[in-house]
Amino acid sequence: MNSGKTSLAVAALRNGTVIDQIPSASLFKAARILDIESATTAVTIGNNLPSKKLGSKGIIKVADTTYAEDTLNRIALIAPAAKVNVIRDYAVVEKRQVRLPDTIVGLVRCANPKCITNNEPMKTRFDVVDRNDVTLRCCYCGQDVKAADAIIE
Amino acid sequence: MNQNSLVSISDISREEILHILDVAAYFERNPNHKLLDGKVVATLFFEPSTRTRLSFETAVNRLAGRVIGFSDAATTSSSKGETLKDTIKMVSNYVDLIIMRHYLEGAARYATEVTDTPIINAGDGAHQHPSQTMLDLYSIRKTQGTLKDQTITLVGDLKYGRTVHSLIMAMKYFNPTFRFVACNELQMPEVYKQFCRDNGIAFSEHTDFSSDVINSSDIIYMTRVQRERFTDIDEYERVKNIYTLNASMLQDAKENMRILHPLPRVNEIAQDVDDDPHAYYFDQARNGLYVRQALICRALGIDILK
Ligand SMILES: [Zn+2]
Repeated sequence: MNSGKTSLAVAALRNGTVIDQIPSASLFKAARILDIESATTAVTIGNNLPSKKLGSKGIIKVADTTYAEDTLNRIALIAPAAKVNVIRDYAVVEKRQVRLPDTIVGLVRCANPKCITNNEPMKTRFDVVDRNDVTLRCCYCGQDVKAADAIIE
Repeated sequence: MNQNSLVSISDISREEILHILDVAAYFERNPNHKLLDGKVVATLFFEPSTRTRLSFETAVNRLAGRVIGFSDAATTSSSKGETLKDTIKMVSNYVDLIIMRHYLEGAARYATEVTDTPIINAGDGAHQHPSQTMLDLYSIRKTQGTLKDQTITLVGDLKYGRTVHSLIMAMKYFNPTFRFVACNELQMPEVYKQFCRDNGIAFSEHTDFSSDVINSSDIIYMTRVQRERFTDIDEYERVKNIYTLNASMLQDAKENMRILHPLPRVNEIAQDVDDDPHAYYFDQARNGLYVRQALICRALGIDILK
């Protein structure tokens, strides 16, 4: 790859979904949320790309795939400024910002070892109690966790 | 999910709290009723708590219901690896109401999600114990005539003490003033202080259990200071007696002031306080019976005052 042409650093996409403006440190968490490992179409992942907003960003491009809005919104947990572009025939046909849902089910592990969710085969559930500081509260044990410290299951 | 389940004190409104207290007061005057005739109640104690279990089981018996259950997880199938979900689903087939205590936090909330049988949380780890909070409210109202405008001093382990945390949450409707008296290691957590600020509840913090604090209180709520809560054992040795209440400290206390304690106590209330007219902790424990009768009726959709 030619480091002088950052716009081409990640291959162009004919059809699919681009998730841009992911903080570099959260890129692989975002990949897990999208379950990129199970993807069967072409996936391009770039990281540590220059970004005016973030300083350094990551980007994920998945060919021939669209994601449910709920799935994409879960990315807001670790990448609140992430942008989603849906591409058809090389053109952006839909552009939007991810939005943190009010409740997050089955994604984050509760940090409290005495929480029922860590001791039963069940899904976790968190309410978003602070959107600015992205803080989640376990619906079962009540313990708070900052998104930055959240362990993604 | 049964809407009559009670997991947390924050599940019930101000009006409902007051109604439950009215029902409890009715049961204090008339404890025996055949309201639960033909009903079976399970008391599932995955963690032993003789005091709470006896109180709930007495409440069921006084209402003429029958009780099944266990008092220790070691005797149950959960010790063989059965999930909580499976235990709850199995027991739900047999009973009209489940009263459960569990060592894991959030266990009761989860139990409500896997069954349509009503659940009463009788304590889930360090998390919630709403019948304790209700009996605290009952005791305050009974001794002071009202829940409104009380000056309540919380003493001891304010960091881990779930009873004091739940009491703060429940008192938000009644314009209290709180004093938090604790050593540096066991201060009220920031989240509850923020709760007070958000709800316009006045509070002040003290490391000194001074006569000023004692003499201006309507309620002094004592809690156990446990050695195992300290990271610094020297600190424990320094503070363990500072927050001990004895009779000589009560000379200038307000006449209406009452001392509460969730029990069991260790040494935070000296024996000589027991005979002082301000002592109320044994009566407080008895009030638990009436409150639990009221909570059982609520869970089963029975309203004796209607
Ligand atoms: Zn939890």
